[in-house]
Amino acid sequence: MISELFTVTVLIGILASGIRLATPYLYASIGEMFGQRSGVLNLGVEGQMLLGAFAAFYVALTTGNLWLGILAAMIVGALMGLMMAFVTVNLHAQQGISGIGFYLFGLGMSDLLFQKLMGTVETVKGFPPIKVPLLSNIPGIGEIFFSQNLLVYGAYLLVPAAWFVLNKTTLGLKIRSVGENPDAADSLGVSVARVRYFTIILGGTLSGVAGASLSIALLNVFQQNMTSGLGFIAVALVYFGGWRPWGVLGGALLFSMVNSLQLWIQVLGIPIPSEIAVMMPYVLTILVLVITVSRVRAPSALTKPFERED
Amino acid sequence: MTDSNKLPSGQTRIDSIEMRGISKRFPGVLASDHVDFDVKSGEVHALLGENGAGKSTLMKILYGMYHPDEGQILLNGKPITITSPTDAINYGIGMIHQHFMLVPSLTVAENVALGLPSSRGPLTDLDRVSKRILELASIYGLKIDPDAYVWQLSVGQQQRVEIIKALYRGAALLILDEPTAVLTPQEVDEFFVIMHQMVKDGYALIFISHKLHEVVEISNRVTVLRNGKKIGTRPTSETTKQDLANWMVGRDVDFVPDRGNIQRGEVRLKLDQVSCGSDRGTPGLREVSLEIHSGEILGVAGVSGNGQRELADTIAGLRKVSSGHIFLEDKDVTNFAPGELTERMLSYIPEERMRDGMIKDFTVAENMILREHHKMPFSSSGFLKLKDISIHTDKLISQFHVKTPSQETLAKNLSGGNIQKIVLAREISRNPRAIIAAQPTRGLDIGATEYVREQLLGQRKRGAAVMLISEDLDEILALSDRVAVIYEGKVMDILSRQNATRERLGLLMAGVHPEERTPA
Repeated sequence: MISELFTVTVLIGILASGIRLATPYLYASIGEMFGQRSGVLNLGVEGQMLLGAFAAFYVALTTGNLWLGILAAMIVGALMGLMMAFVTVNLHAQQGISGIGFYLFGLGMSDLLFQKLMGTVETVKGFPPIKVPLLSNIPGIGEIFFSQNLLVYGAYLLVPAAWFVLNKTTLGLKIRSVGENPDAADSLGVSVARVRYFTIILGGTLSGVAGASLSIALLNVFQQNMTSGLGFIAVALVYFGGWRPWGVLGGALLFSMVNSLQLWIQVLGIPIPSEIAVMMPYVLTILVLVITVSRVRAPSALTKPFERED
Repeated sequence: MTDSNKLPSGQTRIDSIEMRGISKRFPGVLASDHVDFDVKSGEVHALLGENGAGKSTLMKILYGMYHPDEGQILLNGKPITITSPTDAINYGIGMIHQHFMLVPSLTVAENVALGLPSSRGPLTDLDRVSKRILELASIYGLKIDPDAYVWQLSVGQQQRVEIIKALYRGAALLILDEPTAVLTPQEVDEFFVIMHQMVKDGYALIFISHKLHEVVEISNRVTVLRNGKKIGTRPTSETTKQDLANWMVGRDVDFVPDRGNIQRGEVRLKLDQVSCGSDRGTPGLREVSLEIHSGEILGVAGVSGNGQRELADTIAGLRKVSSGHIFLEDKDVTNFAPGELTERMLSYIPEERMRDGMIKDFTVAENMILREHHKMPFSSSGFLKLKDISIHTDKLISQFHVKTPSQETLAKNLSGGNIQKIVLAREISRNPRAIIAAQPTRGLDIGATEYVREQLLGQRKRGAAVMLISEDLDEILALSDRVAVIYEGKVMDILSRQNATRERLGLLMAGVHPEERTPA
């Protein structure tokens, strides 16, 4: 039975869906990474994703326009980010706790809106796969990498873009300095509050897109609590990736590949209890976190509210 | 210089900055009370005062970090308003903060470029920044690698980055907030050379300090603040250290307290060929042998980082001895736990008083009993006896002149001097047999320093054996009966008080053995 896994078709299938499954993680984790690099831990990613997923789905369903759906998810995510920024930057709230608050808000609110506005599970026709000319014709590779939908491509383009912004722009320099030594940044006229508002709102926006990628590009449905912990994994992936875009990419891929593997194991009916299979990516995450986290230093000002000293 | 109006960096000079009638009120305190202060191109104006005298407040106002409630600031005779550090920088005012404002994980160039517009718009232009850094550095012969990460640099080098950062931003006036506090004596000398050159070139420098000899050495004029008020401004050449000290404290200060003549007694603490490691993995101590008698203060002199910390930690039981033995009153206490050493009446005044000397978020009373909280009279059968603790604390607060609103005040809300008084009260009031005092007056103002020194002498008089580890040679010379010099973890020599001259100690501190040795 195990040998079924090693046929070419299945392997390509595993890899292709692994690439695809990494999409929501990438959007959410890269967004979260910006926040953390500036010193803000947002545990509300899951809530932002749920509301983003709902907004995208509902708008796409009612208008028939997927792009309006994406836009709605971005706006909803940004608004959630704005609230989070206000609470953590202006009110100096404890970040972990307020993040959990926002998660619960997103969870409840998306469910409420779903009940009130839709009531039953419906489906939309999501973003279709786009075959990249020529490249998609390469056997194997083409199917794995170049026959995905737009949001998948976008997620992978986000990684070098994030790296570039962080390391090559003045904005990135500000973000890094605010996360490491906000007092120094402040003394040089960098507005710590403005930088953090920017990164948290950016994080919220990307979390919204992450939600949208689930509801109108990968699964094409909306259900209560459809993210089921995905947003929290996204936070873990930031640690996992050592607060660096390429590291986050590595983490997201590892996690989604294992996830894809276990899905295929279930599909193929390989006799491993499904509970064990489902656990695999999570157990792996914990293991890798234990091994890697101690080696990489978190931004010094992570979770610390900034206040000018006397 | 050809153009007398320009500084070597290309910046226009600031002929004068004048602060007039500056007042700043914080809840409950008048931090600055109608203070006048001015500085001119080509001079070092020292701002002298005890901790809390209002020096930093005044300078943070000049740098735009605080907004004054009253008063005005004039630049070259014209009134200006400074509402933020950015404003100050635009007027040519730079500030080197006491705690460096650097991001350790960034490179030198990135730290310098931070917050400035880039010639490449949204993209950083670090190559250009690096070039300019090297230009500026060469003017003052500063060695700096723009691509080095700040965490890799020594404290002295980090300070240079701060100076470059200010010059890069076009500073013509530099506010130096206790710049020497973190430097070794050699680094201080190098720093003063740079200051001299800058003044010659036309910069205006404000030098904040509470170290008198430095003020006397480097400044042209000196202004003394006390309790937020200006006491006076004078040309430095017309003052003496003693005058300035009396101004600062508002009464006569005893620099060299009376040591009295004490007959030393038996050996209380003995180290026999003690070696240990250090946090960096290199040897911390190498076969250190010394003895301290009852009624004696043994000074341990040395340049920072030569094993002082390891020495204090091993004796206090906080670091493992790898070879050799430590004796406390004839009992071998090598690698005893701190609790056992407490039982044997060893007291420890740690270097990092805020980190190792107390618990910041505990009250004054709780900190007072930390060492013996588990014993009578502070507790019985596991219950704290709050009433006795309170009586004890009250007694110590008045005996040690701790200024605190109440015994329930959290330690972190007290000044450095008062925190040290709490540590002293706790460690000394139990009448210890031996005391390890590591940098006991570092960062304290004159009043508190004087007090701590008196207390150590009092313990000596009582018959305790005292080890005084200090990087302040004046302190070592004022208090010690004998002086051990530590260099790279080794005791270079132990000199008697008579033989411990500044020159001889200086050589030993640099690792050089003078030809003639003086046995202790």
